Amino acid sequence: MARLDVRKTYKLYIGGAFPRSESGHSYEVADAAGRFVANASLASRKDVRDAVVAARKAFGGWSGRTAYNRGQILYRIAEVMEDRRPQFEDAVRQSEGLGAAAARGQVDAAVDRLVWYAGWADKLAQVVGNANPVAGPFFNHTAPEPTGVVGALAPQESSLLGLVSTLAPVVVSGNVAVVVSSYGRPLPAVTFAEVLATSDVPGGVVNILTGDATVLGPWLAGHMDVNAIDLVGVAGHPDLAGELEVAAADNLKRVRRAPAAEPDWSIEPGLEPMTAFLEHKTVWHPVGV
Amino acid sequence: MPTTAPTDPAAGLASYSEVTKDERALRRFLHGLPGVDQVGAEARAAALGTRSIKTTAKEWALDLAIRMVDLTTLEGQDTPGKVRALAAKALRPDPSDPSCPSVAAVCVYGDMVAEVKSVVGDAVNVAAVATAFPSGRAALDIKLADTRDAVEAGADEIDMVIDRGAFLAGRYQQVFDEIVAVKEACQRPDGSHAHLKVIFETGELQTYDNVRRVSWLAMLAGADFIKTSTGKVQPAATLPVTLVMLEAVRDFREATGVQIGVKPAGGIRTAKDAIKYLVMVNEVAGDDWLTPDWFRFGASTLLNDLLMQRTKLTTGRYSGPDYFTLD
Repeated sequence: MARLDVRKTYKLYIGGAFPRSESGHSYEVADAAGRFVANASLASRKDVRDAVVAARKAFGGWSGRTAYNRGQILYRIAEVMEDRRPQFEDAVRQSEGLGAAAARGQVDAAVDRLVWYAGWADKLAQVVGNANPVAGPFFNHTAPEPTGVVGALAPQESSLLGLVSTLAPVVVSGNVAVVVSSYGRPLPAVTFAEVLATSDVPGGVVNILTGDATVLGPWLAGHMDVNAIDLVGVAGHPDLAGELEVAAADNLKRVRRAPAAEPDWSIEPGLEPMTAFLEHKTVWHPVGV
Repeated sequence: MPTTAPTDPAAGLASYSEVTKDERALRRFLHGLPGVDQVGAEARAAALGTRSIKTTAKEWALDLAIRMVDLTTLEGQDTPGKVRALAAKALRPDPSDPSCPSVAAVCVYGDMVAEVKSVVGDAVNVAAVATAFPSGRAALDIKLADTRDAVEAGADEIDMVIDRGAFLAGRYQQVFDEIVAVKEACQRPDGSHAHLKVIFETGELQTYDNVRRVSWLAMLAGADFIKTSTGKVQPAATLPVTLVMLEAVRDFREATGVQIGVKPAGGIRTAKDAIKYLVMVNEVAGDDWLTPDWFRFGASTLLNDLLMQRTKLTTGRYSGPDYFTLD
């Protein structure tokens, strides 16, 4: 007897759990050639709200961990990704329309990017922090601290490498993230969420919503409990990006602006993606007391 | 709602003097009350919780819920400064929005009444917990002295706890007499009296039948309000327990013409929960109870969530806890 296919339900990832959208809506996801692949949850503004609440709750614990421990966990994500390599390669090939070798290259790069950021976890403070010389009997130190809840509109084209390259620099320094995945290519993001759920990342540190960045973006940008936003997912839509920046200004969010076109993710990113979501705390301490 | 309630509450109450004349009559009456259908009560409460309240109805419900809050702090670590801050918040829950109403009352321990009074004056009621709150384990004269102290200090409302031990042991007369005595202690020299709320601590009463019995017991003894919990015992207020109590006050008014208020306390943390309670009040007891005079929420964290939802409705964007006071 022929066996029935077990079709997977692709869901959201909020607070360490995999709920369906609060709205009950889903949408059809097609592969690069336009063939139906699966239904994905269509996140609504209320899912954004729930995700921000979950993220805020996780912020204290995550930012309070040692940088070394956060690095270990990021490395662990890379390990588990490596384990599920065939699944990621399939998903990337399907959604981006790449050949097998190119898809493998994308997954390689995504895993390597995670390892690269994992290494930065306990080195960032040494590089961007400082012991400042001052004209008085004081020690004066500057240390980086995480900004808080960061909303990220993940890139629309690079469904895995772009996602990882957007997310990793946010969480490595102790921020927590609410990510809106690529609208047309959401499946690698859902698989990535499953990796996160099984790699010691505390629930709520990363929340992944599959849905339309142009719809969810304004809610995220206007949300008063979101401290920063990365707009790379609306690259190439300067009008929308402008509106989001205006909404973000209401509570003085840090904004990582949308580029004119989606960047080349294969290039080594440098420090900027991490420093975009840091606050610098400077402490004066009297000498010899 | 069609009602056959007696027009004269005094006569209505007098018709129940037979059942409260001694322990046996009281027991016969309380045990003669119809049992609560546990599954039915829980299903009804759950069904009412699914109602969707949106837009202008939601606006109205949020403002009403704010006006119904008894803003509460009952910690051993309460300091005069903390209590004053809470009192200021009770007056102006959202200082950035003058259209935001004040809460109904501030609920504190008896020794903090004067402190609250000095901040709120007569603009907001002051409720004091008394009678050896939260356990109720003290001699009667101590409980009465506790009550009188709070009334003298200016409390508008007294939240007393019943002796759950006596109730569970079946000594209903003792519980009844205690409520009557505390009610007397609520008298002020000018003839008026502080509102008496009777706390059942439903989390310790085990069954809905007991909740129904104790509700009638307290109402017959002269409670002005019946209240679910102290907030110190889990589970505190739940929807089904409040449903049983709302049915009791509804039936009591039909029988005697006397209206009694209800106050769920503890465990109500979100605006969504508060709205579920309001729906239930409207459906079970009727809209006569949809005012701060007859329904209250005993809560502290609830207020911030109500304010956040209110801000969301007025500004159109989600608000966050950074914009409201910690308490």
